[in-house]
Amino acid sequence: MIAVDLPPLALSLWVALWATVLSLGVGLPLAWLLARRTLPGRDLLTVLILLPMVLPPTVLGYYLLVMIGTGGPVGRAAEALGLGRIVFTPTAAVLAAFVASAPFLVRAAQAGFEGVDPAFPDAARTLGRGELSIWLTITVPLAWRSIVAGVALTFARAIGEFGATIMVAGSIPGRTRTGSIAVYDHVQAGRMEEAHLLALGLALTTAGILFLLTRVGRAPGW
Amino acid sequence: MVGRAAAPHVLEVDLRARVGTFRLEVRFRSSAGVTALFGPSGAGKTLTLRHLAGLEAGGEGVVRVGGRVVEDTAAGIRIPARERRIGMVFQEYALFPHLNVRENVGYGLQNLDREARRARVRSLLSEMGLEGFGHRRPAQLSGGEKQRVALARALAPEPDLLLLDEPFAALDFRVRRGLREALGELHRRTGVPLVLVTHLLEDVRRLSDHLVLLDQGRVVAAGPTRTLLADPPSPEAQALIGEE
Repeated sequence: MIAVDLPPLALSLWVALWATVLSLGVGLPLAWLLARRTLPGRDLLTVLILLPMVLPPTVLGYYLLVMIGTGGPVGRAAEALGLGRIVFTPTAAVLAAFVASAPFLVRAAQAGFEGVDPAFPDAARTLGRGELSIWLTITVPLAWRSIVAGVALTFARAIGEFGATIMVAGSIPGRTRTGSIAVYDHVQAGRMEEAHLLALGLALTTAGILFLLTRVGRAPGW
Repeated sequence: MVGRAAAPHVLEVDLRARVGTFRLEVRFRSSAGVTALFGPSGAGKTLTLRHLAGLEAGGEGVVRVGGRVVEDTAAGIRIPARERRIGMVFQEYALFPHLNVRENVGYGLQNLDREARRARVRSLLSEMGLEGFGHRRPAQLSGGEKQRVALARALAPEPDLLLLDEPFAALDFRVRRGLREALGELHRRTGVPLVLVTHLLEDVRRLSDHLVLLDQGRVVAAGPTRTLLADPPSPEAQALIGEE
């Protein structure tokens, strides 16, 4: 009997979930800033944020390795803070998926924020509300569909991450061998049935989650 | 300069601003209940209104509402929109599409507790003839109903001044007449001073006590509406009034 390789699939979900949460935390405020035409250096920042979408994953992985490797600035800072080594840990897999997938969230959410008529936050200002309150009660709800679409794309990209992940996290069974890496390993080793089952599992899980997100982001009733 | 009067004017404005190549240089004061800013498109009416509301970052000058300074750039004072106590009804009403009528009207009442907020919203909806509309979304309202919701929302926090940007532009002739009367009545009942931006002379004639004629970012003439309409002080003012 062929056992379904559950740990890699579960690890993929875990990594993609964290990468999406990180993308939301960092990407939403960033998208909102980029949606403001008055932001200085907006074009340069846009290019920097979108770069991971077009760079070859190995190049992305290389730069990430330069940053979080034991000699890199982030890697050294993490060790100095007693957090230990980052490379070849699940954290590195999350970081790789985050860097590769966050631009999708920023892009979609930025379009959503730009689509919010500025008269709405202006009206809220004249009604005595502060900026954070306006952002939470007006801007985010009105950009909701784009944000959910961005989450779906981010999650899908994160769960399929391969190139950067294998460079910074490797393929350690049970620790950093995510679903997409395990499929590759199975194929390399000629274990085609395992590869087939795992690929199917990954495809079905991703499709299921995207389906759920599509329903959440359906056209609102206003 | 806007001088200090013994009894404070309802509104004193002395503003200079630049947006691209457009220059706004507006100076007027009004003690009237309803002040109309009248002029052709591109005269700077809406920009003036946005400056009064505190929604424009640039520019310099002085704005006083009922003697209270809300802006005096030379003294480093620019009270943010949320603290100005100046309500505004936007041209397309800007009702929050994801909130129902009750939530829209109650949006500016976050300082009240739940019960007080509910009571205030209920009384405003009844004043505006909007009972039974509380659960509707803006998309389910007619143009006239939207305008009444926008008015109720702007009046809810009891502003010291209410700005209206082309309040009747989006409405057809008959609805416009009814709402104009309703607005006049509302002003008499609440006593809140109104500043109305319009390009329709009919609005000016029927609603305003004080008229500010604007063209190309400047005040062409200002004074009591009747006097100004009956006897325009310059050929330029005459041309603006005659354009309608």
